[in-house]
Amino acid sequence: MANTQVNPTRMELTRLKKKLATATRGHKLLKDKRDELMRRFLDMVRENKSLREKVEAGIHAANKNFVLARSVMVDEILNVSLMAPRQEVYLDTYTKNVMSVDIPEFEYKTKTPDENDIYPYGYAFTSSDLDDAVKSLANILPDMLKLAEVEKSCQLMAAEIEKTRRRVNALEHVMIPDMQQKIKYIVMKLDENERSTQIRLMKVKDMMLEAAHNYSEKYGR
Amino acid sequence: MYKVAVLGDRDSIYGFAAIGLDTYPVDNTTEAAKKLKELADGRYAVIYITEGLQAELETEIDNYISSQLPAIIPIPGISGNTGRGMRNVKKSVERAVGSDIIFNND
Repeated sequence: MANTQVNPTRMELTRLKKKLATATRGHKLLKDKRDELMRRFLDMVRENKSLREKVEAGIHAANKNFVLARSVMVDEILNVSLMAPRQEVYLDTYTKNVMSVDIPEFEYKTKTPDENDIYPYGYAFTSSDLDDAVKSLANILPDMLKLAEVEKSCQLMAAEIEKTRRRVNALEHVMIPDMQQKIKYIVMKLDENERSTQIRLMKVKDMMLEAAHNYSEKYGR
Repeated sequence: MYKVAVLGDRDSIYGFAAIGLDTYPVDNTTEAAKKLKELADGRYAVIYITEGLQAELETEIDNYISSQLPAIIPIPGISGNTGRGMRNVKKSVERAVGSDIIFNND
């Protein structure tokens, strides 16, 4: 900090003062960015949590149904039934800019628009448990996709918040105090120089007056 | 146009094929790592992965954490919920805030 060499000149002083102004402004802006990011992040993470609870419960229930279906059906028939899916899911992705973080947005399309037309098998050889299982999975699909969107956004925002926080801290605790100290040092050095010049001038004036008028002899000093 | 993939052991994921997701059953970790890389570089925007596999492939998954796509999302497998998915959410809170303020350490 103080031991780093700095030239005590007016030019350096102006430069540092400008830099300090920029740093202070940047610090304020970054702090605002961090606060706003944090606010949005917390909202989003709460949503993430509730969505995840919902999806996990849904998958758990669906798995139960699948186990039931498996227990009453022959493995071969089950495999054949699910072999050729009728439904397909396509995603369109967009990006949304939230405080300079590009977060993804998904929009999904399904091949068959009718949500009851998803069973890829005839009903003759399959148990109704399988229908339930497929249905329960299909029901949580929108939530699963929403979860993917929100969770990814949370990860990206967390990374950005971390970065911003580091920047704010670096400015606040290192850059700005460092520059303030340098400015103080230069100002003190310049003042000191000015004072010593002044004293030197006064001294010279005294000496010149002494030489011209010989005050000390006249007044017995 | 992107698609959605599911990666995991066969028993956990075969149902997802019925609702139109692409399922990729894998048996061991090396195969899974290879498949994950292939899927992530491909045309998949979302990859669901079973929690068990997610635990084993953590370093590979971390490579994609800062890229916008794909989103790799852990889901519970047939063996039940291990809480890893929630732990992931918790991890990002800790990363952003510095300490966990949402889950209160439960």
